[in-house]
Amino acid sequence: MDRYVYLDNNGTTRTADEVLEFMKDNSELYGNASSMHTLGRNAAAGIDWARGRVASLIGAEPEEIYFTSGATESNNTVFGIFRDRADDGDKRSRIVISSVEHPASIESAKYLRKKGYHVDLCPVDHYGRVIVSELEKLMGDDVALVSIMTGNNETGTIQPVAECASVAHRHGAYFHTDATQAIGKIPVNVDDLGADYLSLSAHKFYGPKGVGVLYARKGAPLLPYIHGGHQENGMRAGTYNNQAIYGLGKAAELAEAGLMEEHDRLWEMREALRKGIEERIPDVIINGSNDENLCLPGTLNVSFPGAEGESILLYLDLEGIEVSTGSACATGSLEPSYVLLASGLDVELAHGSVRFSFGRYNTMDDVRYVLEKLPPIISRIRAMSTRRG
Amino acid sequence: MQSFMSQWVYTDTVKDHFMNPRNLWKEDEDFTPDGVGEVGSLACGDQMRVGIKVSDGRITDLRWLTYGCASAIASTSMMSEIAIGMTLDEAYHITPQMITDKLGGLPEHKFHCSVLGDKALRAAIDDYLEKHGLDNPYKGTTARIICECKGVTDHMIEDLVKNDKVKNFQELQDATGCCTACGKCREKILEELNECLHIYGKQ
Repeated sequence: MDRYVYLDNNGTTRTADEVLEFMKDNSELYGNASSMHTLGRNAAAGIDWARGRVASLIGAEPEEIYFTSGATESNNTVFGIFRDRADDGDKRSRIVISSVEHPASIESAKYLRKKGYHVDLCPVDHYGRVIVSELEKLMGDDVALVSIMTGNNETGTIQPVAECASVAHRHGAYFHTDATQAIGKIPVNVDDLGADYLSLSAHKFYGPKGVGVLYARKGAPLLPYIHGGHQENGMRAGTYNNQAIYGLGKAAELAEAGLMEEHDRLWEMREALRKGIEERIPDVIINGSNDENLCLPGTLNVSFPGAEGESILLYLDLEGIEVSTGSACATGSLEPSYVLLASGLDVELAHGSVRFSFGRYNTMDDVRYVLEKLPPIISRIRAMSTRRG
Repeated sequence: MQSFMSQWVYTDTVKDHFMNPRNLWKEDEDFTPDGVGEVGSLACGDQMRVGIKVSDGRITDLRWLTYGCASAIASTSMMSEIAIGMTLDEAYHITPQMITDKLGGLPEHKFHCSVLGDKALRAAIDDYLEKHGLDNPYKGTTARIICECKGVTDHMIEDLVKNDKVKNFQELQDATGCCTACGKCREKILEELNECLHIYGKQ
């Protein structure tokens, strides 16, 4: 293996050196942040600092930030709040989400459906972008919540979040966006987006795993969802994970400082890879948009007709290149990516899809290495295939 | 310092066949098969084509193509090694189990991929016999796989019903695991189950 190239940054990122260093520097702050003594108060001061960093990153007030174990918990919580409200007799009981949401939302919605709640899925166009006029049609005065992600994890497609939020608000519904993939890549501001709720995870932008945030706008419904102590205003009990929260704060600080610079660097690598693939490999299909304003900068999703995704992934892995695929074989589910299918992609093309996702530790040398190794792998797999020309 | 190293996704044998597939049907080679079979569904992401050369009732050579994942490629490659040199009778009775055993096993959810290699081979034998105007003594004698994911055949269902082991879908599912992975076989399983229940008067 000549080189190791990690191109699965939408899956998770390497914890930044600065973040690790910061967590280590504060490792003596082990006090229970709810304790009244000095060590407890110092630990709490660190948590307040981190809360401020996340608030600043997304344009929120510190008291609107609730620490969670990650965006999956945050999404589950939002759905749970509106389930409880329906149970308590609120006439608004319907939830509308897009058909390309992350499993943390899709599966929460499916569970609610199973329990008898009404959930609608809003269709998307061939880029995987929510069709706002279709969302409009799904609205009514029984809708409690609309949840549309900021940017898609598989295709990188950026959703018309602000427009969706204003549709929701016009019909008296609350609006949630899962911004997990967008943070650190494009500007995310809760006021610009019109979000009442927002979810994020630290590990997608060089923070530690197992920590994230639920943003809830002042006045938006909140119900205690993990019962116990009085942490997070009694909303989410459990002793604070100090070091992880400090790491999240540091990651938020880094993300805010270098945002546009990082955006341009990621987009440059993404475009160099896309153009290189289109030049060197015949018959490829780019899934999602190539418009900088409609795609998260580090994400490139490509289908290779006649080649199956898991085979591509494993041949690349043997060359030290790490990617992910929308093929069913890689997930064990037997169904290929529902995101690509919802975007109207043919089932064979979904099986043959590969996602390359760049991060801050990638360089143009990585792009060159992939462009050297990928073309022979694709032609080799195609030559073995029943689908060969 | 403790260091963690995982095994590869599949066994070393699977990896070897994935990286160095045997008897692949190369585009530029002069291979004129006596029989060809193709099976598989793109919905599951696997498709296989097998070509055989037959002489004196034996498979003397075989070539294959596979669209599919690593275990599908490896299992077709392994099937080709097993089949070459066999009589048609032996080759017709190759089971998915024989292929996966030789590969050192496959993860459970990958089992359905390896089932296709032997089916493609049987289709090629059927094609050979038909093309050459020969009787096909095998067709219908082998068990038909209904649940590809779990390898459940019509014969298994028949035996379970006949011997009062299962009376309904739930019991069949508990006994065989059928229809617990992709779920696509549900209708066919129900059809086969109802037919057996009817035939043996168990309804």
